[in-house]
Amino acid sequence: MNGVTRSVEKKSLRDAYGATLLELGDSNKNIVVLDADLSSSTRTSKFAKKHADRFFNMGVAEQDMISTAAGFAAAGKIPFVSTFAIFATGRAWDQVRQSVCLSGMNVKIVASHGGITVGEDGPTHQALEDITLMRVLPNLTVIVPADAHETSAVIKKVAETDGPFYVRTSRDKFPVLFDEGQPFEIGKGTVMRDGSDVTIIACGVMVSKALTAAEILLADGISAVVINMPTIKPIDEDLILKMAETTGAIVTAEEHSVIGGLGGAVAEVVSEKRPCPVVKVGMKSGFGKSGKPEELLNAYNMNSAAIVEASLRAVSMKL
Amino acid sequence: MKLTNDVEELNKIARELRIDILTMLNKAVSGHSGGSLSAIDILTALYFGRMKHDPAMSVEEDRDKFVLSKGHGAPALYAVLAKCAYFERSQLNSLRKLNAMLSGHPFSPSTPGVEVSTGSLGQGLSMANGMALANKLDGKKGHVFCMMGDGENQEGQVWEAAMTSAHYGLDNVVAILDHNGLQIDGAVSDIMGVEPLDKKWAAFGWEVIEIDGHDMAAILDAIDRALAVKGKPALILAHTVKGKGVSFMENKAEYHGVPPSDDELKIALEELLPA
Repeated sequence: MNGVTRSVEKKSLRDAYGATLLELGDSNKNIVVLDADLSSSTRTSKFAKKHADRFFNMGVAEQDMISTAAGFAAAGKIPFVSTFAIFATGRAWDQVRQSVCLSGMNVKIVASHGGITVGEDGPTHQALEDITLMRVLPNLTVIVPADAHETSAVIKKVAETDGPFYVRTSRDKFPVLFDEGQPFEIGKGTVMRDGSDVTIIACGVMVSKALTAAEILLADGISAVVINMPTIKPIDEDLILKMAETTGAIVTAEEHSVIGGLGGAVAEVVSEKRPCPVVKVGMKSGFGKSGKPEELLNAYNMNSAAIVEASLRAVSMKL
Repeated sequence: MKLTNDVEELNKIARELRIDILTMLNKAVSGHSGGSLSAIDILTALYFGRMKHDPAMSVEEDRDKFVLSKGHGAPALYAVLAKCAYFERSQLNSLRKLNAMLSGHPFSPSTPGVEVSTGSLGQGLSMANGMALANKLDGKKGHVFCMMGDGENQEGQVWEAAMTSAHYGLDNVVAILDHNGLQIDGAVSDIMGVEPLDKKWAAFGWEVIEIDGHDMAAILDAIDRALAVKGKPALILAHTVKGKGVSFMENKAEYHGVPPSDDELKIALEELLPA
């Protein structure tokens, strides 16, 4: 609907980040970029090559990197900081809290390799807790784009908006869902598909899985709304409450722990303001393991079949 | 700010500021006495003797900046900032009180003159590096001073930051190590040894300048020497006495996080006020 085209074409979110950052760096000389020895993986290497004077490789020292970025921000720069999601949010959590968020520093943390689709590197490198860790921090806006084109739009918006941000991208390529140049608004979810029986709220790679699930559900006579919810914080309360009202059942889907992430955020909203069943699809089995991205998504029930099952359960539990 | 080279004058200011520190801590009924008193001579030398700064920020382009990485020494910084008129002196009375300008540890959004928020140890030097790198990018001549504690040198991030300063040749960073030898639980050497600090910092690529951190002339000279270092960062390793200036607090770890009681304040003021 709304001109959204489904496609089997897949594009890399981190490539989109690298290209957008390069473009922004050309026009905004205040942008500086920091990376912790992963610039070829996070794609900040493109910026590094063109704007060597404004690129700072901090070595394998994520804590120092985050605080250094806060110093840059205190001096009026716009630092983009990149590494893998697990290190940016786990290794350096206190630095994100104390150096960045506490003073509302204008630091943009854009982490690649979120979720289980990190794949073969295994559980040490699969960030399944990062959204929870970042969402709890005051002043921080948390965004999980669903495809490459949305990533570009998010990065542009983040660069021009004052304040600290956490943006999670991925190692794997994700299906293209949006047109290029599609605008992005912070704090707004978008209805990807309309329906009446249940609302599936998803982020990241799970948005495309949710759209597939909605088609399967329709064959079973269940009409599902699919919402892309890229901004996890501040979450789009109005849209969630509207859907709780109109469909009376919600499923959340994320490539992340079911504790405290998108599902937690949605449940917090409805439990206080408009109670209805919220069934969460996400990581329920602790840590991941090595494997191919799709294998892992299937092994840990983060796929369309799991969303279908969750939707049926949510509908059956309607108040 | 008009600066001075007059050691007598600076010592007089430091003595007044010690009184301010103890008085505000007594009124707050909590806070860190020992480390504020060990740091105050150095802070006095910086803010009244050497740093190019101005509460009106009229020298923004090339102004020097200060980061108190050992954020628990906040009372010392607040006393200095109040005397420099970054805010009303009366604010000192509301240290640590609800909705006051002066938080328990430095909090930049609420306190004029505080560049960044500190208190979680080990993060200040990294932030100072970021500010110094930005100065280099912008061609600004200002230096960034960063004061750490010796216990703080147990934090791994300090050494990450030490590598960064040296790697990027940040000769516009001057770190000051308030080496009073004590931390909350006791002597630094008993809790977790950090020595040899001079050799460690030198091995990390820093110019190390070792002084008595209560000898005002030596402090001024050390700052001058640090500012003259080119191509690498400089560390002033300042040997200090925790609780300096108050007989019953000197070299007592027990006064790390304890304010003076009313009776103790009375005795301390008698010691500090000119006869």
